[in-house]
Amino acid sequence: MIEISGLKVDLGNFALRDIDLQIERGEYFIVLGPTGAGKSVLLEAIAGLYPVLEGKIIIDGRDITELSPEKRNIGIVYQDYSLFPHMSAAENIAFGLKVRKTPGKKIKEKIDYIAAMTHIEDLLERKPDTLSGGEKQKIALARALVTDPDILLLDEPLSALDPSTREKMRYLLEELHRELKVTVIHVTHDFEEAAVLGDRVTVIKSGVIVQTGSPDYIMRHPKTEFVADFALTRNVFKGKVKKKDGDYAEIDVSGATIRVLTDKKEDVMLSLRPEEIILSRNKFISTARNCLKGIVLEISNRGSYSYITVSAGQDFVCMVTNTALDELELKKNDEAWIVFKASAVHVF
Amino acid sequence: MGLKKKVKKTDVMTLVFVILGFSMALFIAGPIIKLLFSSSLGTLQTALLEKTVYISILMTAYSAAFATVIGLIFGVPLAYLMARKNFFGKRIVEGLIDIPVVIPHSAAGIALLFVFGSRFLAGRFFKILGVSFFNSIAGVIIAMLFVSIPFLLNAAREGFESVDVRLEKVARTLGASSWQTFFRISLPLAWRSILSGCIMMWARGASEFGAVLVLAYHVNFFGNYACVTPILVADRFNSFGLEYARPVTAIVIFISLAVFILLRIFLRRRKAK
Repeated sequence: MIEISGLKVDLGNFALRDIDLQIERGEYFIVLGPTGAGKSVLLEAIAGLYPVLEGKIIIDGRDITELSPEKRNIGIVYQDYSLFPHMSAAENIAFGLKVRKTPGKKIKEKIDYIAAMTHIEDLLERKPDTLSGGEKQKIALARALVTDPDILLLDEPLSALDPSTREKMRYLLEELHRELKVTVIHVTHDFEEAAVLGDRVTVIKSGVIVQTGSPDYIMRHPKTEFVADFALTRNVFKGKVKKKDGDYAEIDVSGATIRVLTDKKEDVMLSLRPEEIILSRNKFISTARNCLKGIVLEISNRGSYSYITVSAGQDFVCMVTNTALDELELKKNDEAWIVFKASAVHVF
Repeated sequence: MGLKKKVKKTDVMTLVFVILGFSMALFIAGPIIKLLFSSSLGTLQTALLEKTVYISILMTAYSAAFATVIGLIFGVPLAYLMARKNFFGKRIVEGLIDIPVVIPHSAAGIALLFVFGSRFLAGRFFKILGVSFFNSIAGVIIAMLFVSIPFLLNAAREGFESVDVRLEKVARTLGASSWQTFFRISLPLAWRSILSGCIMMWARGASEFGAVLVLAYHVNFFGNYACVTPILVADRFNSFGLEYARPVTAIVIFISLAVFILLRIFLRRRKAK
């Protein structure tokens, strides 16, 4: 178990404050946030590369807050790979073992094992400047994993890769995590990446943790407008409770009335995921409490699906598969109905 | 039409730049080439076999090399600190490093005498250790060290700055101590710049005149009295005129160029590897 409590790191013009996290052994933990939020600083503070002003970092009961980086047994992989340019791939991987005075035979065994795990057997004699981005990233991963670290820190490991390599690397990360059962703390600004890989996600903004939970929970129950935006909720509205009816309430969101499940009585924020909205050409009767008529403003094709913006008092973004869109034969400026359940709307 | 006009405009500019630039290059190359080819091989050989000349050349090369080694031992750590750490007074140190380049070198020699002369603090301390700086080889070395160290410091600093700090960070997380990280990562990656700085420092030290003239005009070099080659050249010119000074000057330029070119080729090969 990794326990981070009351962590404060001061960087002059920026500070990480009150960082409290508990990460289970073997967990794939994501730190999510925009550029400049302090994600990488948090990672480097855990690795011992930034001095901690206040707070503690404890791994399995061992307080490592004051330990120098080489004594922490934490591996790090950066976005730009940071391979030692004057060494071959094999020498890069062997570096950590050599400085730990591992016997030569053992070094070879370990390199062979990790090379097989990361599928880089053919690259071992190559110098970094002859490798592609994906290959470099695999070697950086092998180098960090070969020393059996207690935690593997990944600083935006997929950001610099092209989409197809990114997908393969994502599989590799999943595979390595599953096989080696290493605890991973992965920093990213991409919510989809977080949702695919992460057991849990913490959202960080301006050096402060905003919310921590499973990707699904954060997606459906964002605590703030910032989290809702970052979790690609797309439909975030400010509203006022107009009428209460048992568990239900009617919320006025300047232009539209939305029925939701809430016990709140004043100003509220609403979030509604695009995939929770049903799009229809005609009005239809259903158990869903919200059925609004609108005009199609925009159709944004994303390959196999599209985002459709419908103006119904407010602009609602819905997600439909392109097959469904073809069947609906919807075009810009067509009339359309949007339908969603009261329980699909998160009120905060 | 527009494109044609643009090409023509660029061509005129390139032409002007080529003429100006070529004139500058010729200004540097002209005197050197003229001097190298104005003396016959026989004259050069005779001059080189003259004891005063070859002892002077050996003493100059030796002192400049000695100064460079001291510069390496003390300067590389300073360059690393300047590249990697922020500390109080860093800007002052930055300014200090370049001072030897901007002050007149004869003034530098006098300033050194005020510290290393036998009546002053550092001079007295070294005298206890049996080292005297006035008119001695040690004086030549510190004069050369003082005026040429900025070349090594600045090159080494640039070398360390060009090494991505993340490489050092990764090395630390992999289990390397700060010493291991320095010797296995930072130094090998900055080595080319440091070596280039060493060449510049050695060359600058070997060509020093003013500071050496003040501090150590004539010194005992392993039992032979000699002065550094730049002083020898000036002495010959002042005492006997241009013709007498020419062969020694040609030899000095030839040796300096040879060392410079050889080391540049060596550096280029290392880079290619």
